[in-house]
This record gives sequence, structure tokens and C-alpha cells, in this order.
Amino acid sequence: MTEQQENLQTLIVHSAKYKTNYTKKYLNRKKWEPVNPNHLISFIPGTVLDVLVKEGDKVKAGQNLMILEAMKMHNQVLMPFDGEIVKVNVEVGAKIPKNFLMMEIRPI
Amino acid sequence: MSLKRNILDLRKRKSEVLKGGGDKAIEKQVEMGKMTARDRILSIVDEGSFHEYDMFVEHVARDFDMDKKVLHGDGVIIGTATIYGSPVCLFAQDFTVAGGSLGLMHARKITKIMDHSLKMRVPLIGINDSGGARIQEGVDSLAGYGEIFFRNTLASGVIPQLSVILGPCAGGAVYSPALTDFVFVVDNISKMFITGPGVIKTVLGEEISMEELGGAKVHAEVTGNAHFYAASEKECFEQIKKLITYIPWNNTQKARRFEPKEPTVKTKIEEIVPADPKQPYDIRDIIKSITDGSEFFEIMEHFAPNIVIGFGRMNGDTVGFVANQPKYLAGVLDCDSSDKAARFIRYCDAFNIPIITLEDLPGYLPGVDQEHAGVIRHGAKILYAYSEATVPKITVIIRKAYGGGYIAMNSRHLRADFVFAWPTAEIAVMGPEGAANIVFRKEIDEAENPEAMRQQKIQEYKDKFANPYVAAARGYIDEIIEPQDTRRLLLHALQVSANKAISGPNKKHGIPPF
Repeated sequence: MTEQQENLQTLIVHSAKYKTNYTKKYLNRKKWEPVNPNHLISFIPGTVLDVLVKEGDKVKAGQNLMILEAMKMHNQVLMPFDGEIVKVNVEVGAKIPKNFLMMEIRPI
Repeated sequence: MSLKRNILDLRKRKSEVLKGGGDKAIEKQVEMGKMTARDRILSIVDEGSFHEYDMFVEHVARDFDMDKKVLHGDGVIIGTATIYGSPVCLFAQDFTVAGGSLGLMHARKITKIMDHSLKMRVPLIGINDSGGARIQEGVDSLAGYGEIFFRNTLASGVIPQLSVILGPCAGGAVYSPALTDFVFVVDNISKMFITGPGVIKTVLGEEISMEELGGAKVHAEVTGNAHFYAASEKECFEQIKKLITYIPWNNTQKARRFEPKEPTVKTKIEEIVPADPKQPYDIRDIIKSITDGSEFFEIMEHFAPNIVIGFGRMNGDTVGFVANQPKYLAGVLDCDSSDKAARFIRYCDAFNIPIITLEDLPGYLPGVDQEHAGVIRHGAKILYAYSEATVPKITVIIRKAYGGGYIAMNSRHLRADFVFAWPTAEIAVMGPEGAANIVFRKEIDEAENPEAMRQQKIQEYKDKFANPYVAAARGYIDEIIEPQDTRRLLLHALQVSANKAISGPNKKHGIPPF
């Protein structure tokens, strides 16, 4: 009891600060980050089969930007709005993990 | 003379089958640190009580040269036995025979013993150690799994079903344990997953070992699929035997009664709990100061430790305990702890085990991850389970009972039979800090010294509401008790609710927020 009390952590519920121990799962929880509409993030790991745009290109909403092969499917990554390609972080043949920042875009 | 020959022939045939997959395969099994299927059964049951059936069952596959192979007992052992004199049905997959793979006749043996256990209304213990479906038998294997799952569901809530994972249990095979009441795992031996590391690597490029993906620790700590974790098979078998003493044979009976014992813990119960409601303690110390012989058999010890569940005995009879654990996450309810408690409450209700709830929680765990993980849906499970349960339900409020947590933890409003509170109990919509900030926001904001005003208002709220007397004035609490009387009152409450009989409206079944 005494040795634990030295390492106790704080959990705040309704403005009250409780002394307690965190669980491993609580420590490993994912911190929330707001979605940035200008970031194209991979929702699944896969292989980049084709990159159809380059930095500085002006593209229309719905235009195909790249092909990501995952789960044996060729997934098209489409432009969500009329805009410009700011940065391309992928190249053909690259294997990318989940939640990888593939491209940065911006509306015009 | 000829009769003697027949008997000798039978003995010879049986001794062949008893070799399982043969010396080499057994050697390999032992090298992996595993016991053989037959030894496992013999280690669990009473000496000399095991009787095996379907020893001479043979597989029926004819394709892929399978007709040339002899698979003793088709890779699974079934039978009946007793544990401390209580009858049980068992099956154990034999990994030494074709990797314990499941074909048509293998599945038929399992379903035969399942049918028997349901018919005879005795517990079923299944030992899983199998490479999975026998590919050579194709769709017959799948049919076999389906027949097992159906029976697991049919028997659920009628007979106790225990699954012991002592080897691989992968793909569709994992759904049988998932449908049963209690899953036992052993470190370094148990492996459970739907999709193995190989496929995950090929398809997703994620590299992970079998142990990290679906080992015993993962299921005991992270997924919540396992209820009992052991360091060795021997320890696991002791857990199984112990559990059997706490549960009844079926849903029409009560668990076996033992000789009543006084608690052995000598610490005064009120000395366990710090006066400051924000300081933690181990709720299990309270449970142990209440139960017979201070014994508490904890379930899912490593998963969602912010709630504690398990069995103890009161005056010789089994009781299920559900208790908030201030030692972890201040004892809050969250997705995992709600899920854990709700299933246990339903187990106790199905098998006529009274439930004692010990309450000390600040509410639900705040956080985006919780909200997005569906804490509404998961949290609702505990409300549903308590409301639905018709066994005797008794609550003791130790300290905090705030907000939705107060309602959820077997409150009067969910039809608790008895609600007791210690004089340290605080029953309110939230703790004094949060409440004062909302109720007196204007006064605090407009004060010359807002912080001093805040502290003053917190104290005012504390004096007025942070006690059990407001709730007692409405009759939401039956009695405010001195901590030292807790066991005595619980024994009395259990005694007078022993013949509890209530019934709800007629329905086919409810629709719990699964």
C-alpha cells in the first residue's frame, strides 16, 4: 500500500482529482487528434501501384490521385475537393503502413 | 477359452488407441511443454473416475490418400468423470493425432458428448489443442464446427461450459470457446486468433509473433477473451477444479454448500478505507474481510482491473461479487469494465447465484477514445444485466456513488433487494468539486476571490449532499450501517431473500445492447 502510494497517478472525473493507478490499456489509449482535411492518410497498409499527380498539380474533385493495393484490391485515392497537390510522400512500389500521410493537398 | 481370446483382443485394440499419435508425436508434444490429451483429462478429474467413449471411431475421409491413414479416435478423446464427486462431461483434442485437426467424425464425437452433457444437465469441459479444420475433409469440417457452435449456444445458461485452451485454437475454432462461460489460458501454450501472423504479414505487412498476437497474456489482459490465466497447465487444472466447487451442475440447482466459516482477515474493515474519497485502496481487502474463510476466487483478474468480479462464500453458499476497484482508474466504469461485469451478472443470474455489489466509483471514464469506442452501448450492458437479474441482489455503498455510476451499480431503481450504505457514502449527481462549479458558477465568477469562493461552495455542497442521508430520506437506501456490521447484515439479507420469486412480463427474449 505505502509503496504504491508513492507512485500514484491522478485521474480527473468531474473536476475531482483521484489518486489511483493507470492500467496498461489506459496508458496505451489513442490520443484524439482532429482530422485535417488537407491530409490524405492511408486507412489500410498496402503497396503504392501508381502515382498519377505531382506536387503543384491543380486537380478537380473526384480525380484519381494514386492507386494503393491492399487486401488484393486496387484502391483509387480520389481528390476530395477542387485543389492543389502540396506534397507527395509516396512513390511507385513503396509499401506503406496504416495511417501514413500519403499526400498533402489544399483547396483553391 | 474363446471368451478369453476376445478379451485379450479388446485389450490389444484399446492399447493401440491409447498410444494416440504414437511415441514420436507424443515426444514432440512434450517437447513443446505440453501434456498429452489423456494426461490432461486425468489431471483434472477424480482418480479412477474417467470413462472414455468412442475410442474406436475412425475418420471417414477418402480423398488425398486419407484412406490409407489411421487416426486413433480421430484426434479427440471424449468421456465422463467426476470432479470432487460432481459429474462432468469432457472432451480433449489430441494434438498428437493429425495435429488435433477437426474432421467429420472428430466433430461428431464432440457433439455427442455435448448432447450428453446437456441431456444429463452436467457441466461440460472442453480442452482445445488443434491445428484447426482438417483441410482434406473440406466442408465436412466446417459443418462440424457449426454443429458445435449451435450446441454451445443451446446449452448456454443451462449447463456451465468451460473451455481450456492448451495449444493452438485458430480461425473459426475460436468461436466455440467464445460462446462458452469460462475460458482458461496458460502462458506460452495457449494461442487464439482468427487470422494468424502469416496471413496478417502477407496481406497487411504487419509483423507480429503468435504470442504477441494471441498468446495467453494478450487474452487475459487486452482482449478479455480469457477468464483465467495460469503460468502452467498444472495451475490451470487447479483453477478448473476450484471453479467447479463454486458453480452448480445446471441452472435448476444451487452450487454445493460448504461448511460455513468466519473470515480469517483480522484487519478492521473500516481501517482498509481511507477517509479521503480521492485516495485509493484495494476493494479485494473489503471482500476478503466479508467472505467465509476470507476466500475470494477472482475472475478476469488482469482485464479491466477497475472492476473486480468473482466468487466467494457466505455462510457456506456461493455468492458472486461485483465491486468497483478504486486502486485502478479510481474504479470508474468504462467500456471494458461494463462488459466484464455485465456478463458476470448474467452468469450469476442464470445459475442461481446471489450477487453482492460493493460500490465506490466517481462515474464513467471521460475521454474521446471511450466515447468513440461506444461507452454508451457498453455501459448500457451493466444496466441491462442488473435490471434483468432476478437472483437476490444486494448493494453496499462504501464511499462514492455518483451520477450514472450510482444508477448502474445495482441501485434500488434497478430493483436491488437491499441497498446498504456506510456512513462514509456519498450519493449525489457528481462529486462536490464538479457540482459546485456548475451550481454556483455565477457566484464563483462574480466573487472578488473566485478560488476562495469555489472552495467555500465546494465545502457547502459537501456538507449538504456528500453523505448517505439525502438518499436515505427518500428511501433509496434501506439502512445506513456501521462498517463492522457489513458481513452480519449481508448474511441476514441473503437469508431472507433465499426464496425470492419475481417475474417480469412474458417475452421470447430481451434485446440486450450486445
